[in-house]
Order: sequence, then structure tokens, then C-alpha cells
Amino acid sequence: MDRIVSWPDRVETALAWLAGLLWTAPLLYVFVRAFESGTADLSSAWQAAPFGRYYLNTALLVTGITAAQLVVGVLAAYAFARFEFPLRGPLFVFVLVQLMIFPEVLMSENYRTIAGFGLLDTLPGVGLPYVASAFCVFFLRQAFLGVPDELVEAAQIEGTSRLGILWKVFVPAAKPSIVAYALVSISTQWNNFLWPLIVAVSDETRPVTVGLVRFLAPETGLDVPRMAAGTVIVTAPLLALFLIGQRQFINSFLRSGIK
Amino acid sequence: MKARTAPRRLPDQVFAYALLVPAFAFLVLFTVKPLVSTVLSSLRDRRDEGPTLDNYRFLAEDEVFRKALVNNLLFSALTVPVSLALAMLLAVLLQRALRGKALLRAGVFAPAILPVVAIAVIWLYFYQPNIGVINEVLGWFGITGPDWLGDTALVLPSLMAMMVWKEAGFFMIFYLAGLQAIDPELDEASRLEGTGRFTHFRRVTFPLLMPTTLFAAIVALADSIKMVDFVFVMTQGGPDNSSNLLLYYIYRVTFAQHWPQYGAAISLLVIGVLVALAVLQIRLLDRRIHYR
Repeated sequence: MDRIVSWPDRVETALAWLAGLLWTAPLLYVFVRAFESGTADLSSAWQAAPFGRYYLNTALLVTGITAAQLVVGVLAAYAFARFEFPLRGPLFVFVLVQLMIFPEVLMSENYRTIAGFGLLDTLPGVGLPYVASAFCVFFLRQAFLGVPDELVEAAQIEGTSRLGILWKVFVPAAKPSIVAYALVSISTQWNNFLWPLIVAVSDETRPVTVGLVRFLAPETGLDVPRMAAGTVIVTAPLLALFLIGQRQFINSFLRSGIK
Repeated sequence: MKARTAPRRLPDQVFAYALLVPAFAFLVLFTVKPLVSTVLSSLRDRRDEGPTLDNYRFLAEDEVFRKALVNNLLFSALTVPVSLALAMLLAVLLQRALRGKALLRAGVFAPAILPVVAIAVIWLYFYQPNIGVINEVLGWFGITGPDWLGDTALVLPSLMAMMVWKEAGFFMIFYLAGLQAIDPELDEASRLEGTGRFTHFRRVTFPLLMPTTLFAAIVALADSIKMVDFVFVMTQGGPDNSSNLLLYYIYRVTFAQHWPQYGAAISLLVIGVLVALAVLQIRLLDRRIHYR
């Protein structure tokens, strides 16, 4: 298609690049400052706090929570999407109302529950309140509703059990949605701060977000290279993952947000 | 009902309930049970005796609570529309045929995937009065920048600007999806008729993006209540509670002032707002499902 490059076109292009600059400049600045004396700042930051341990904690939390949410969510979504049973409607509304009630707003009582289980300052204590995700149930139910009946009937004729049908028909058919949910959940949990701040009080359980704030807090003065190095340590892996899987990532967000 | 081909141990209904057990066990344990105990706790005084309505009475006269509430209302009322308007503008700019489009989209979206805490750390340094980048840039033009986070009038707008920056890129993705769903023939028709870009946007694009806007507005509103991590990093609610927000105040009351009963009363108020938002969201989601 040949287009005439008009003035409004040029203005829009200029605005687009200006926006790109405004949104990336702060991140680029941090990366430049982190590397201004080679890798010295990075390695001293890495040694000053147990970032390796923080990363391990975040990785364990993120994978554990996401996997648990998917198992619990897939089972519940299958029940809502596939079976008729008394109180199905009210029970589903009960799930939906919790789309908005996040564990942090009930922090005091959830803290008490976790303390009651003796799980304060443990990774399960940080993760358990997130295991049942109303959004996960809702989202996967939507995906399961789109699975064609013929597939299910074919499996039934072969004598596949109900759990077999879930595993061999529903889960593969809804795989894009499951991947999308997993990515959204990973990014949400990776970024989580307030609840881990309350529950995780030792370096053995702190995730990177809490670790970063701890690492920067004791400083009396503001040390820009130190801040930049810490921030790069915490954000670089996420940004790298994002740039590698950018298309999948953006598509997943689109899918989860819009459908 | 489905035809049965083999005898099964459990009837379908019982099987369905069994599938729901894990989800409901956790929902009850971490939402229903704490919700009930929050209600009960909010009716007890600081020595945990009751029942009493003292917490709610205190809520009505607590200056700090009022400040946190007003701050949060301002924060929500300004960041939500501004983020969405910017997101829409960015989406319109970045959906056109443009060299480097994918790169620009990724760049604008990047802050949205980073932890709020990391964003807050970066901006904390940008906003510093003497060594901060913003005041340094202003200095090039001979302007002496203020102490952005230390001034009671500037601290909240400064935090808002940061959150708009983070959220606009996120909601841009929603709008890009919305724009993809618009029939390209409408674009063509406007071009043939010689309709101006702005008129086309106002008469065609904007109304067709309305469902996206409604949906995004609810997500953004919820975020404006629950994303308060930056307060911990940047201001601790100060100066003089000018940047105190509701969820942060609940945290302070519960864990710093060791007054969970009063924290419970504030929590219930916030939950009331959140549930109202949830009901609204379900209505909207219902509508969307119907037209699919």
C-alpha cells in the first residue's frame, strides 16, 4: 500500500518515538549507571546481599504458587464447565466475588492463620494464601467452555474416565489459556511485595522484591551506583525473559485481559 | 446430561463437588474465614474486649484515616483516567504501520512487567532534590527543582505520575487488542470520505473501544487500591501523611501500631469498595460473554 507521508503522519511518528523514549529512558539510565565502573558495582552488590538466595526463594514461590493455582483451578474449572450440580450458580458467584478480595486486604487475619499453622517465615507461609485464585478458576472455565463436545464424546465412547477426559481432552485443548494464565501469574507473583514483607523475616525466605528493599534500606546516603546495581540484579532476568518471549508474553496478557 | 458408557464409581454430581473441594477449601481458609474474623475483630477494642463500636467511631474522627482515604480517592480518581487516556493514545500511535513498531511496543510495555518495588526504587532516585535526574535536567534550563517527595503538596502528584507511567504501558496492551478487533473497513471508509483523523477517532475508534475502557477501568481502579508497594519504598506515607494510602495505613495500624482491631474496621471498608467493584466487573464480563 503506498501512502503519502503527510504532516499528521510525521507528527504521529515523532510522538510514537518520543513515547518510546520516555518509557525506556529511566530503565536505560539505570542500566548505564549500574555499568559505569564496569562490573565492580554489580559484583559488590551481589556480595553485599544474598541475592542468589532471594532468587531461589522467588523462583520456588513463583513456580510453587503457579503450579498449585493451576492444579486447583483446572479441577474447579472442569466442574463448573462440564457438570450440572445443585448450587452450581451460587457457588460460581461465590468464586467471582473473590476476584477482587486479595489476601493482603485481610493481612491481619491471614497472618494469624499462617502463624497458627506454624508457617511464619516459611515459603509455604508466603505462598498458601494465593493457592486458590478466583481469576484462575474463572479464566480456565471460560477456556473449557470452548472445548467442542465432539472431542469429549469421542473420548467417552473410548471409555475414558472423567479425569482422563480432563487430562487428555480439556487440558491440551485449553493449553494456550493455561500458558497465558501461567505467565500472568508468574509475573504477578514475581512482583509481589507486601505479603512476603509481612511473613518472610529472614534471608532464607525473602523473595527478591523484599530483598532489594532490604538491600537499599540500611544505606544512610543515596548511592546511585549501588541502587542501580541492585535494581539491575533484580530486573535484568525479568527483562531478558520478556524480550526473548515478548510476543508470547504480550499475547498472553492480551488473552487474559480481554477474554 | 451425557450418555454413560461405563459404570462409574461416583455419580457426576458427587464427582463435580469433589473437584471443587481443593479450591473451596483454600477460598474458605484465606478469604471467608478471615473475612468473618475481621468482622468480629473490628467489633473489639484494643485490649480485645467487646463487642463495641469504638473502632467505627474512631474511624469517623481519625484524621490520618481521613487523609489516607482522601489521598486514595484522589489517587484513584486521577491515575485511572489519565493512565487509560495515555494508554489509548499510545495504542493508537503504536498500531499504525511504523518502522520499529515491535520495539516501541516492547519498550512502552517493559515497565509494566517490572515489580512496583523496582520502579519505586528507580523513581525514588529520580525525584531526589539534589542528585536526582529530574532536577538535574531542570537545572539545564536554569530551573531549581523542588523536593518532589519532601513537599506535602507535591508528593502525591509525584507518585501519581510514576504510577501513570507504569500503568499506561500495561493498559496499552488492552487497547491494542481492542483496536485489532475494529473492522479495518471503517478506517477505509473514513479515508475515502476524507474524514479527519481526530474526527475519525472521536466518532469511530473511541466509541468502539468503550467495552475495553470499562473493563480496563475496573482493573485500574482495583490496582489503585492494592498496589501500594511504592509507599513503603519511597515515602512511608509522609511527609505528614500526605502520601498515606488505605492499604498502607491498614499495614501501619496492624503491624506498627499493633492495633489489628482498628485495622480490621478499615479493611472492611476497603473490602466493601472492592466487592462493589467485583459485582460491577461480573456484570461487564457477563455482557462480554453474551456477545461472543
